[in-house]
Formats: sequence, structure tokens, C-alpha cells
Amino acid sequence: MQKFDTFSGVAAPLQIDNVDTDRIIPARFLKTIKRSGLGTALLYPLRYHADGSERPDFVLNQPRYRKAGILIAGENFGCGSSREHAPWALLDFGIRCVIAESFADIFYNNCFKNGILPVVLPKSEIARLTECAERGANAVFTIDLAKQEITDPDGRTLTFEIDPFRKHCLLNGLDDIGLTLEKAPAIATYEQAARQTQPWLFK
Amino acid sequence: MSKPLTLFDKIWNHHVVDRQKDGTCLIYVDLHLIHEVTSPQAFEGLRSAGRPVRRPDLTLAVADHNVPTTDRRFGITDPESLLQVETLGQNCAAFGIRYFDMGDIRQGIVHIVGPEQGLTQPGMTIVCGDSHTSTHGAFGALAFGIGTSEVEHVLATQTLIQRPASNMRVTVSGRRGKGVAAKDLILGIIGQIGTAGGTGHVIEFAGQAVAELSMEGRMTMCNMSIEAGARAGLIAPDEKTFAYLLGRPMAPKAGAWEMALAYWKTLPSDPGAIYESEVTLDAGAIAPQVTWGTSPQDVAAIDGTVPDPADQADPRRREAMERALSYMGLAPGMNLRDIHIDTVFIGSCTNARIEDLRAAAAVVKNRHVADSVRALVVPGSGLVKNQAEAEGLDRIFIDAGFEWREPGCSMCLAMNADKLKPGERCASTSNRNFEGRQGPGGRTHLMSPEMAAAAALAGRLADVRELV
Ligand code: SF4
Repeated sequence: MQKFDTFSGVAAPLQIDNVDTDRIIPARFLKTIKRSGLGTALLYPLRYHADGSERPDFVLNQPRYRKAGILIAGENFGCGSSREHAPWALLDFGIRCVIAESFADIFYNNCFKNGILPVVLPKSEIARLTECAERGANAVFTIDLAKQEITDPDGRTLTFEIDPFRKHCLLNGLDDIGLTLEKAPAIATYEQAARQTQPWLFK
Repeated sequence: MSKPLTLFDKIWNHHVVDRQKDGTCLIYVDLHLIHEVTSPQAFEGLRSAGRPVRRPDLTLAVADHNVPTTDRRFGITDPESLLQVETLGQNCAAFGIRYFDMGDIRQGIVHIVGPEQGLTQPGMTIVCGDSHTSTHGAFGALAFGIGTSEVEHVLATQTLIQRPASNMRVTVSGRRGKGVAAKDLILGIIGQIGTAGGTGHVIEFAGQAVAELSMEGRMTMCNMSIEAGARAGLIAPDEKTFAYLLGRPMAPKAGAWEMALAYWKTLPSDPGAIYESEVTLDAGAIAPQVTWGTSPQDVAAIDGTVPDPADQADPRRREAMERALSYMGLAPGMNLRDIHIDTVFIGSCTNARIEDLRAAAAVVKNRHVADSVRALVVPGSGLVKNQAEAEGLDRIFIDAGFEWREPGCSMCLAMNADKLKPGERCASTSNRNFEGRQGPGGRTHLMSPEMAAAAALAGRLADVRELV
């Protein structure tokens, strides 16, 4: 996994609540056996007309946000389907950080597995960041995960909360599976006990 | 005396393999269900790291999202769908995983297959790369959806890294009225607490109305707990649960059965257990529900009207409602019963079990679908389909003008050929009315199988209470 330590980029404001993962990446784009190449379909129904042409007014279609690396969203971002294609599509587009008032659980989890930093901030802070982001391509935000700080284009900083273990994994780009396999003896001990108490779970 | 525990606490504690100082746990997974859409990248990851599957015996695969529901003799024609399904078959063969392929009578929607086979059992931890894994909570199993990276993690280690959830209890007291189904209860709950109401929580459903539900009804409720934002839904196992499981092909057999039963009986929440959050509803006050918008929380009783965004104080909520109504092609103040429909879909992991088909068939028996309506029934599994045919339900549906299909996810998410055309309006027993969920531009109204059947007959949203 790509690690996340510091990141600077333009932020696209997406002022919509309850953006579900069907909107982030509709089902017809899930017929893939790869993780890559989903960026063009990111937020498809918001980004494109039914005939496939771009909606020029949509934020990611505006020239100043085409290279956005940060997305500023509303409440309950990523609700619905568990599809990890949602963070894959964000990443493929170039988004490394999503800032929102709140996230749905599975999507939030999936971000960390893909080197995307999800940041939860209160409504008032989101409103302030949105105002800055509206200035477009010259408004660069910098995120420092080690310090848990976002610096806005005016040089103001604000801090955010994050689970220490997840922070550690993201900072170092750690592979969860590798970490867990170090605990293989504990897993084997668990299985041995379960074989006695719940033999019906073993063939 | 030790601290009273909830059902969730008990299952969680039982499965902790390792606990870090910050509270992050490694929990053991008792059953891992996989399907073709969210697993290929996980297997690819295993291959490139040279890792085996730790417990293939606790893993079951089934193809459901992409499979055709019409004549299957010609296989899958869409090349991308075909590749996904074939890849699943190859991965299962390579890693030694049981696989119900399209030709297997046991094939069906993964969340219908698990319980049907008796694989889903009380006290288990169950995961699947699919958010509606919450369905299995109806058996008192802790079941939740995971992403593909986590699928790979479970394949490799049979564990998951998780933080414990908070406990929430939703008590539905009293009794359901005539024509009111489990679907109406859960839609009513989502209408009340919202699609983020359960975030970070596991919801335990309790109360007389829940206890009175069949296992099928309980699955419908737990299925949609994800639509309330919950990590999982749970219902305490009871005699109905045990009776449902007894004798199923993959349930514990004689000898082990008694041992399992003794364990399962210890699972229900202790009196005095603490829930961080409590919600109560009166089942008697819940009428048949239909959604009018593009989120499951956009729901109202069938005798109501389309709400007016102008009544919303919060500007963002107002905008979202306006967008939803414009997408749905509806005007504020319209009677819900005046909304005409083009299509009816009876299916999905929410409502494609035998009881759902019986309920819909009872409504359409000796009646006929409105001329303007295309109606389909997609059974949840090959075994559900067989059972329905043995009971003559297929004849009732076909005589009423329904199409009788092969099992799969079908028009629930429109990955196969079954989809709405832009602007088409559907009365659907599925679980999500998101924009484009049933096909780009398609308009979805969620409801119970009984209500979808009534809508098929009337050609518009209708109150099933007038028919039963
Ligand atoms: S029926 Fe629908 S909700 Fe259920 S697993 Fe299939 S696609 Fe998902």
C-alpha cells in the first residue's frame, strides 16, 4: 500500500450529503477483475449526462478542479454498498484525502486499506475549508498526517483526530495481512480451543 | 455477579484472538462468503504474495450478481460478466474453496444460500464482501460487509482487524397490522432514525413484533440494517431459529447439534445489559411503507403524500429533496397512490425467500397484472425456486402475467441484463433506491412483496390492505 505522510493539493468541494457508493462508482463499472482504471467513472452520475458527455457545471469537470487531490464532502459520505471500487476510483482519479462531516463505516475502513486518508471535521470547519477551496487551483491545502494537521491556503492550520493504529499503518504504508500473520501463533491457539468447544466448526 | 452483556458483546468477546492496548482487536471469522464481484482482486493479492487460504472449509463461494436470470443454456453472454464468474470458479478450484456454480441447484443470492444451507448459525462471526451480509444477523450471528482488502485478509488469516461497535437496541413493541410486513417495520425504522442513524453501532432488534416474525421476516429486517448505517443487525436466537436450522444440510449434525444448541442458548442479551442507544416503535402504528425518493430514509406510509421540500428548514436537506423529486419525476403533495409504475421487481436478498413469494402470490392469485406493467419474480436461490414450483406458486405468478426467472441478484443492482430504462419507474422489493441503482435513470420505489404485488395489479402504487 502507498503510504500517506504529507500531501499537498487542490481541494474540490462536493456539497452533497449521503453520497452513496453507487454514485461514487455505479454497478456497471464493477465488472472488472482489476483495481485500476476506475477513475474515469468516478462519481459518474454527477459527472456525466446520460449520453456520456460531461456536465460542465459539476465540480470535477471545472478546469480548476480537474487535478484535485482532496475532496471535501458532507455528511455520511460513502454510504451503501461495501464496494472497495469506490476508494479505488477515487485513488485512480488522484484523490488521496477525503474530508467530510461523517463517513459510513465500511467506506471509512476501505480508505485506510488503499492509502487514502479520511478526515472527519465539524460542519463549521468544513464550511471554512469549502470557502477556501472555492478559490480553485491556486488554493493549495497541505495535510500532515504525523502532526494531524491541515494547513489551508491562507496558512491557517487546524487539527483532526485519527485512530493511532490506523495512523501508524497509513504513515508507514503497512500491509495489514503481514502484520496479522505475525500473530499466527495466537490464531492457532484460538483455533485449538475452538476445536474443543465448537467442534462442529471443524471438518 | 459479572457485568450483564449484550448478544453483541458475547459474540465479540468469544471471537477476540488478540487485543491491542488501544482497543483494536483481531477477531476470528467463522464463515466467509464470497461472490464474483468483490473477490477477484483479493485472490490476485493472495497469488502475488504466495499466500494460501487459511480455512477453505469455512469459506463458501457463489456467483450471484452477474448471472443471467433467463434461460441459462447459453451461459453468460456479456464478456465482462463471464470473465468475473469464470475467474471465481478458477480461484475456488485453485484455492480449494466450495463453489456453487450457476448449474448447481443450490446457487442463488449469497445471503439466501448461507441460511438455507444451515451454514449461518447463532453466535458465529460471518463476513462477506457485500454490505447486506447483515442479513445473517437474523440468526444471532455477528455478520457484516467488508471491502475487498479485508476479503483478502480473511482469506489469508481467517481474522479481521476491528474495533468494537457500540450497542443500539431497536424495540418494536405490539403487533403488526393486517398487510404489514417485516419490510414495513424496517423501512419505518429507517424513516425514523435515518440512513446514518446506526453508524458505528450494531443494532439489536427486539420486542414482540420482532419475536413474532418468521426467520424470513427477521432476515428482511437485518438485511436492511445497513440502510440505517449500522455495522450489523442482530436478533436473539430462539426456538424459531433452532427449528429453522434443524436438519439443514450444513447445520451441526446429531451429537454436535446438542452441544451447539446448548451454546446458542447462552447467547441472548442478559437482563440489564447496557445499550448506548435505544429506539422504540409501536408496530401497530406502522402502515405499509413505500419510498418516494432516492434514499431508503425517503419513506412514507402508502396513504400519505409526496413531501414538500419547502417545508424543510435545513437548506442542504431541502436541496437533496428537490434533487430526489426531480430525479424521481414527482411533485410535492401528490398522493403516493397516484404514482403510476412501469415495472415490478420481486426479488433480492431482502425479499426473495419462499415466504416472500408466498405472500406476493397470495395477493395476485386469480388476478392479473395491469396491462402497462412488466412484472418479474426472481427467486433468491435454485432451492427457493424449486420449493415455489412444488407449491404451484410459479403457475400463480405466470397466470397473473409475471415473468418467472432463474435465481440471482438481477434487477436489484442491474449488473446483468435485467435493468430499468431511463425514466422507467419500478415497484421493487429490493433494498436500495439510489439514483441509477436499477439501471441508469431508473426510478425505484421500495416496498414489501405484498405491496409490490398490489402495485403490479393496480399499475400504480397501491395499498395492499384493500386487497387482503
Ligand atoms: S440482491 Fe442486491 S443487495 Fe442483495 S447481494 Fe445481490 S446485489 Fe446485493
